[in-house]
Amino acid sequence: MTKFQSISRRKFMSQSLALGCSLAASPLVTPVALASAPSENRLVVIILRGGMDGLDVVRPVGSAEFAELRPNMAGDGLDLDGFFALHPSLQDLMPLWERGELNFAHAVSTPYRDKRSHFDGQDILEAGTGVDALGRIRDGWLNRLLQSMPGMHAQAAYAVGRSDMLLLKGAAAVANWSPDAALNLSPQAHRLLELVMHEDPLFRDAMLEATELSLDEASSRNSAPVMDEDDMMQAMRANNRRQRNGASAENIARFAAGKLRDEARIAAFSLNGFDTHDRQAQALPNALDRLQSAILMLQSELGPIWGKTAILAMTEFGRTARYNGTGGTDHGTAGVMLMAGGALRGGRVLGDWPGLSEADLYQRRDLMPTRDVRAYAGWAMRDLFGTDANFIERILFPGVDLGTDPKLLL
Amino acid sequence: MRFDQYRAAIRFGCGLSPVIAPAVSASDMLSSLRGDDLLARRFPIPGFDIVLSAMVEMQAARKKSRRSNSEAEQRNFTEMRRARNRELRLESAGWFRNTLMRRISTQDGFRERLAFFWADHFTARGTGGVTGVGYMPYVEEAIRPHVSGRFADILKAVVTHPFMIDYLDQTRSAGPNSRIAKRNARFSGLNENLAREVLELHTLGVDGPYTQDDVRQLAELFTGLSISPEKGFMFRRRFAEPGAETVLGKRYGGDPARLSHVFNALEDLATHPATAKHIARKLAVHFVSDAPETALIEALEMRFKQTSGDLLAVYEVLLEHPDSWSSAQGNVKQPIDFIASSLRALAPTPDQLPTNPRAIYRDLVLPMSLMGQPWGAPLGPDGWPEADGAWITPQRMAARLQWGMAMPYQLRSFLPDPRRFARDALGPDLPKPVEFAAKAAETRSEAVGVVLCSPAFQRM
Repeated sequence: MTKFQSISRRKFMSQSLALGCSLAASPLVTPVALASAPSENRLVVIILRGGMDGLDVVRPVGSAEFAELRPNMAGDGLDLDGFFALHPSLQDLMPLWERGELNFAHAVSTPYRDKRSHFDGQDILEAGTGVDALGRIRDGWLNRLLQSMPGMHAQAAYAVGRSDMLLLKGAAAVANWSPDAALNLSPQAHRLLELVMHEDPLFRDAMLEATELSLDEASSRNSAPVMDEDDMMQAMRANNRRQRNGASAENIARFAAGKLRDEARIAAFSLNGFDTHDRQAQALPNALDRLQSAILMLQSELGPIWGKTAILAMTEFGRTARYNGTGGTDHGTAGVMLMAGGALRGGRVLGDWPGLSEADLYQRRDLMPTRDVRAYAGWAMRDLFGTDANFIERILFPGVDLGTDPKLLL
Repeated sequence: MRFDQYRAAIRFGCGLSPVIAPAVSASDMLSSLRGDDLLARRFPIPGFDIVLSAMVEMQAARKKSRRSNSEAEQRNFTEMRRARNRELRLESAGWFRNTLMRRISTQDGFRERLAFFWADHFTARGTGGVTGVGYMPYVEEAIRPHVSGRFADILKAVVTHPFMIDYLDQTRSAGPNSRIAKRNARFSGLNENLAREVLELHTLGVDGPYTQDDVRQLAELFTGLSISPEKGFMFRRRFAEPGAETVLGKRYGGDPARLSHVFNALEDLATHPATAKHIARKLAVHFVSDAPETALIEALEMRFKQTSGDLLAVYEVLLEHPDSWSSAQGNVKQPIDFIASSLRALAPTPDQLPTNPRAIYRDLVLPMSLMGQPWGAPLGPDGWPEADGAWITPQRMAARLQWGMAMPYQLRSFLPDPRRFARDALGPDLPKPVEFAAKAAETRSEAVGVVLCSPAFQRM
């Protein structure tokens, strides 16, 4: 994986923290609402890892070539607009489609081409840059967005779950937490840990943030403070128990929704399992089920805020147009992006359809990309947060051509 | 800076121990590595046969239940499958315990670290059923015997190992013009997965001089690499694409297809200059720093090229180069290194380390998952991240603190004197604040926990 510099997140909190000062007494670590965020809109970005097969998820059943390429898929999708049909595993999203709260953008890709590496592909997707930045990526595009939004406070954006997300890394303060994490320490242990970590900013900042966020969570769970060795062991084991079902897509989405109902405006997490080289018909439904559960959980938990929310689900690349020899598909180029939320002007499959004849395929093997996936994300930022077009094209997504306005929001 | 025995044990070994003296020189470390694998004998982990024989057993039972066509038989089979999987999982807790016992007891800690490094470089994981416990047997069989051999030997062992073949979907990959593809529509073509990862991850690296055509050609050359539960690895000629394939401009193979054609290509890939560069960088990043000195990488690369990937010769450079001994902050320990080196510093007697499989899971395996390292199950074939920042996130850090503060007391309720423990665990470079905290803590347990959680101990 490409290395990026680790940037100390809560600099503003830790710089003034005196050596050995009690954490509990520090006003800097109680959640402080700074200036209100510039927008009431909410954004959720879901990174779909492994390369989701766009041709299977949003099936161009109206195309004669599709029936040849994917004979088993031509019949059983859920009709969207007469030409495209949705994968049956996403059927519980159909009510959203009918209410105009679901969009797709087809034949999209990042600028990444040809080597088809997951890891470089994901880095480019999360960095939001062109391919020229590979090897010297410093931050994620969602973090650069935050840097452009004055008055955003540290808990305005959440990276949720245990995986490490480049998408939100960078100079702007971001909260990182997982619904299955907890930290219970005695006050004395805290003081000593602060002391030994003081000169190592990576450790010091991570502990400060862990302490602050676990205090939030603990107060919502009413857990008792830990005082002795046995308490500590019990806390660790309780933590283990939570872990067994803690990191499911639903729990992650529920946790994210809780934060978005509160002070957060932006949340991001990732879902895995889209790398379907073998027996895709069995493998992909599991991954899609997690995606669907996450979206529906966000919808139900966000309540009235759903109307101000847009979810963008993006993947590093699509897959080969043809099946490979083992009932799966190999790494490809263009794919599909999913958008959901009450803020959307939905019910549309967007994009310029490139066709599927041999000559239409990219390198005669993959769906041809006809638009930069970052253009849709860029328009979404413009509509949700009023982000300046010049900023989008130069800083947020360097080199992107925003093109015509797809008018994503109501 | 030059070799320092304390830094050597921490950076290239399994950490300091109050009862085992650290190696005194680089040649001392290399001669241990050249010698017998004593710890593997003392704390055994089975080879992959244990997984294959469980597969055979399961297949036979499945056939029987299908033939009988009765619901009771079906239920019996489901029950049997569940019980067998559970039994294997519980047994594998003992293998994990032995992995830790090796790290706690060894005088040859570099070998343990190298076995982990190469297992990560050649990441493979189970794809369901009994393969779920295959990781440690795979490492024991395909990686560990070769860590001081030639790079090409590990590469060949891995690419022909059933666990890797299964993980990267090679089993049923068939040449489009192979005999089987002509006869049976179920075997209709290639699967590129293994070929791509061999080029991108195992040998040349993603910046290496290969194209999509090379991926295709290597995938065609690989057709025939397959497995069966009875025999393990198999070369199935019926699956092989006829004719020669051209990879990086060189032709391999021809008719009839042979495994030696694949080995020839792997030999060339293993000694390619891009591979030398890729491996040199990975070794320096894993053992020394997220941003290692260029001079170190170049020295490793040069030795790799000169010796066609003789790993002992490459390790010699790693242990002797001044940039390996920099006193600047070292890498953050990955969870396996943190847990094992904590235990090594605590020096529990063998009966103090949990033996009950459920306790092993609860107190050692699960906490590692919370720290971000579910044992044997990284997210993708690129293995675990190396960047310090990937491990020290608030949520993962919380799990380290929780374990470090709670577990020592659980393990040995009579804990050592914290002042001595701090010196034993960190050596003569013990930082002042850690020394102070060890004295200032209210209880022994808290003091030991603070030492283990200090960045001085968390880094290597």
